[in-house]
Amino acid sequence: MSASFEPNQEQIKEQKLYAGMGMSDEEYDMVCDILGRLPNWTETGLFSVMWSEHCSYKNSKPVLRKFPTKGPQVLQGPGEGAGIVDIGDEQAVVFKMESHNHPSAIEPYQGAATGVGGIIRDVFSMGARPIAMLNSLRFGELQSERGKYLFEEVVAGIAGYGNCIGIPTVGGEIQFDPCYEGNPLVNAMCVGLIDHKDIQRGIAAGVGNTVMYVGAKTGRDGIHGATFASEELSEASEEKRPAVQVGDPFMEKLLLEACLEVVKSDALVGIQDMGAAGLTSSSAEMASKAGSGVEMNLDLVPQRETGMTAYEMMLSESQERMLIVVKKGREDEIKAIFDKYGLDAVAIGRVTDDKMLRLLHKGEVVAEVPADALAEDAPVYHKPSKEPAYFAEFQAIENREPEVADFKETLKSLLKAPTIASKEWVYDQYDYQVRTNTVVAPGSDAAVLRVRGTNKGLAMTTDCNSRYIYLDPETGGKIAVAEAARNIVASGGKPLAITDCLNFGNPEKPEIFWQIEKSADGIAAACEVLNSPVIGGNVSLYNERSGEAVYPTPTIGMVGLVEDLAHVTTQQVKEAGDVIYVVGDTTTEFGGSELQKLVYGKIFGKAPQIDLNVEANRQQAILTAIREGLVQSAHDVSEGGLAVALAEKTFASDKLGIFVTLEGSAITALFSESQSRFVVTVKEEKAAAFESIIPDAKKIGIVTDDGKITIHGDTGILVEGTVEEFRSAWKGAIPCLVKSEA
Amino acid sequence: MKFAVLVFPGSNCDIDMYHAIKDELGEEVEYVWHDATDLSEFDGILVPGGFSYGDYLRCGAMANQSNVMAEVKKFAEAGKPVLGVCNGFQILTEAGLLPGALLRNKNLKFMCRTIQLKVENNNTLFTSQYEAGEVIHIPIAHGEGNYFCDEETLAQLKANNQIVFTYAGDNPNGSMEDIAGIVNERGNVLGMMPHPERAVDALLGSNDGLKLFKSIVKQWRESHVS
Repeated sequence: MSASFEPNQEQIKEQKLYAGMGMSDEEYDMVCDILGRLPNWTETGLFSVMWSEHCSYKNSKPVLRKFPTKGPQVLQGPGEGAGIVDIGDEQAVVFKMESHNHPSAIEPYQGAATGVGGIIRDVFSMGARPIAMLNSLRFGELQSERGKYLFEEVVAGIAGYGNCIGIPTVGGEIQFDPCYEGNPLVNAMCVGLIDHKDIQRGIAAGVGNTVMYVGAKTGRDGIHGATFASEELSEASEEKRPAVQVGDPFMEKLLLEACLEVVKSDALVGIQDMGAAGLTSSSAEMASKAGSGVEMNLDLVPQRETGMTAYEMMLSESQERMLIVVKKGREDEIKAIFDKYGLDAVAIGRVTDDKMLRLLHKGEVVAEVPADALAEDAPVYHKPSKEPAYFAEFQAIENREPEVADFKETLKSLLKAPTIASKEWVYDQYDYQVRTNTVVAPGSDAAVLRVRGTNKGLAMTTDCNSRYIYLDPETGGKIAVAEAARNIVASGGKPLAITDCLNFGNPEKPEIFWQIEKSADGIAAACEVLNSPVIGGNVSLYNERSGEAVYPTPTIGMVGLVEDLAHVTTQQVKEAGDVIYVVGDTTTEFGGSELQKLVYGKIFGKAPQIDLNVEANRQQAILTAIREGLVQSAHDVSEGGLAVALAEKTFASDKLGIFVTLEGSAITALFSESQSRFVVTVKEEKAAAFESIIPDAKKIGIVTDDGKITIHGDTGILVEGTVEEFRSAWKGAIPCLVKSEA
Repeated sequence: MKFAVLVFPGSNCDIDMYHAIKDELGEEVEYVWHDATDLSEFDGILVPGGFSYGDYLRCGAMANQSNVMAEVKKFAEAGKPVLGVCNGFQILTEAGLLPGALLRNKNLKFMCRTIQLKVENNNTLFTSQYEAGEVIHIPIAHGEGNYFCDEETLAQLKANNQIVFTYAGDNPNGSMEDIAGIVNERGNVLGMMPHPERAVDALLGSNDGLKLFKSIVKQWRESHVS
């Protein structure tokens, strides 16, 4: 649409054209009040995108306030490109996770790729060198052609972008459930490393300073992407394909290297990614944070296409762009750095003192709105919340064991369940080693990277069991954080902080809003007790396809500090003769479990219970034992229960096996998903020292050299077979599902 | 001995190569940007992996057009050691310094894993520290590592013992005759898909790649003793 065809102010009002941009009547009236006049087409676009849920968190802000965000380790909490946590020695770790669900549902390769690109920019806009990527993915159960296509293309998109830009993709999690069939979830997390002195902020400070546009040129791609992300998916969503951006990882590699050179210059005042809502959000937010204004001449914006209007330029979500503010008179120094990489770096405006975002195009002022109104003054909605009927029904169901006839075959079936099965088919496509810091590669509880030049490591993981959260959002929210922390601790790290990606359905439905509130309560409680504040994240609502919401899926990304690389611990058994312990009690808990899903084809009942104080004490005890050098291997017990955890511990070895004896009801002992449990192995000569630190650790057996998995129960042998037969079931499941005909 | 690690826009294993030389080998090393026109101060050239120019035209094709490659060709003609790994191997084939080409992996997917590599020829300046037939563990990470050449070239490679490394066990990418790395006829230019620079520290799983770099240094020292 060229400017001459843009509706005028009266038409926008009378024909309610703002509604097509996702703006309500009340919101439109608020904009008129703020401006004291009717907004023009461009201004309406600015407000609609900045006041979308994606940019303003207008529906989720009251919930986000529940989260603890402070701690002595936190250098930067929510509100900037990414949060920052101190790791000592004047170094810090920078990380954030973000969703790219809707784009990935429509155009999975580019949707996933640009999700990776966007989160990487958030991290290097803080001045940090990105050192690792993780992800958290949700798909249907790989039964339909469409489902397989989404899975394969999302993985390819993550690989394509991450491999090319040269940042290792070191970990993540993938779960499969029919609720994600029409609305997959693609959450990408980036972790960066920074020296304290290099920390940047996205501010447009210093009246008269120069606003520069750097990176790729602006095209018409991704217009209204943030608005699209803030509505439900439907059959008509295919028409929104133009709202999906196209990624260029090579361009981003150049931008990354150039920006990391620029942040060393004291000519730089502020830097921010042009992510969702592109030029609009970066300019308005940088001005608002600095308490200043910004004036930009859009004629100067590098453009990929001819005839772009102000509206199109401001709402484009073209990738691989940054907005920076530079001290007046020093633009050439900055430009020289971008020139080296063949990138545009153009002065397009200046910082003003009137707190307005003012846009000029072809000699006219085409928009003039208060920056704060865009960035800060979006309405905040306290949505009605209502406990869904299913919750009380589920809570009334007594815990009982699903019926299992053949334990061995059941274990194999669980190992083949795509959520549990080996994800090697996926991570084989990710370069998880580039930059040669990956000490623990994908396939253990958490990934561990060394911090080059020190003896420290960073452990990182993503976790969320959305089935528990669906059954009981508050308990499930606690479990999500606790499990992430358990993975960090089992790897030898101390949890530092989390980032979260809150993926839910339509918040305008009271039952959905109740899920959001309750799970946030659970997350907040666990963060407090486990001393892991929330330092950033994102909210993705409206994850529905044709009215069906996904399970509430608040994904947790956690980073922990490994104080000494000698503490790094993996899940796999190490030596024959080592003693196997289970730490933590097992009770009959099958609500939302893999066994329940396997046996009944659905989930129901209560989520497993969790006592956060027990969890915290146990994690501390395990970490102490690891730091004292007493632990050979450690693994948290999660989906599929102890039998799956034990089997997984053997899969890396050709000759080792396990021989264990479990007490009590066999089904519960093998497959219950009781929380706060670890299974560890300890050298025999260190068993006494280990037991003195963890007196309630239960010795269940030994590591053998016969390459077999043997599990005895009260009634005799429960499971017996070669490691190889279990491993082939576990390894072969996903390649088999991908290849099979739907 | 002083190494140059070439850096093209989109190189991303440059830092790995640099640290392998500096931290593990203890030799001198510098990054050299793609527009450099003089390599005379260096004793060895390392062409690292990555996605030079995004691999957008054809892997290595754009990098071959850069200024520094003209210098690399002169450097190789002078008989000095040139090592290209992964994208570096692709660049060296595009430059005509090594025969053949790297096609897409047979399964059409990028793959990252540690594989077993057999040292077919330990009589080169790059492999003298290995035993003949030694099987080593080195990571691969590529989408286009499927080595291909015509029959005549293959016969020459064999006749001249130019096949230095082959995949032992499973051939991951479908390469001809399991070829993982080759040298030029003169033996001073090695291209290989596996990443020896990722296997120099046992902390990360393997240090089997260290001997390759040590071989280069040993040969250089011996030839500079007099």
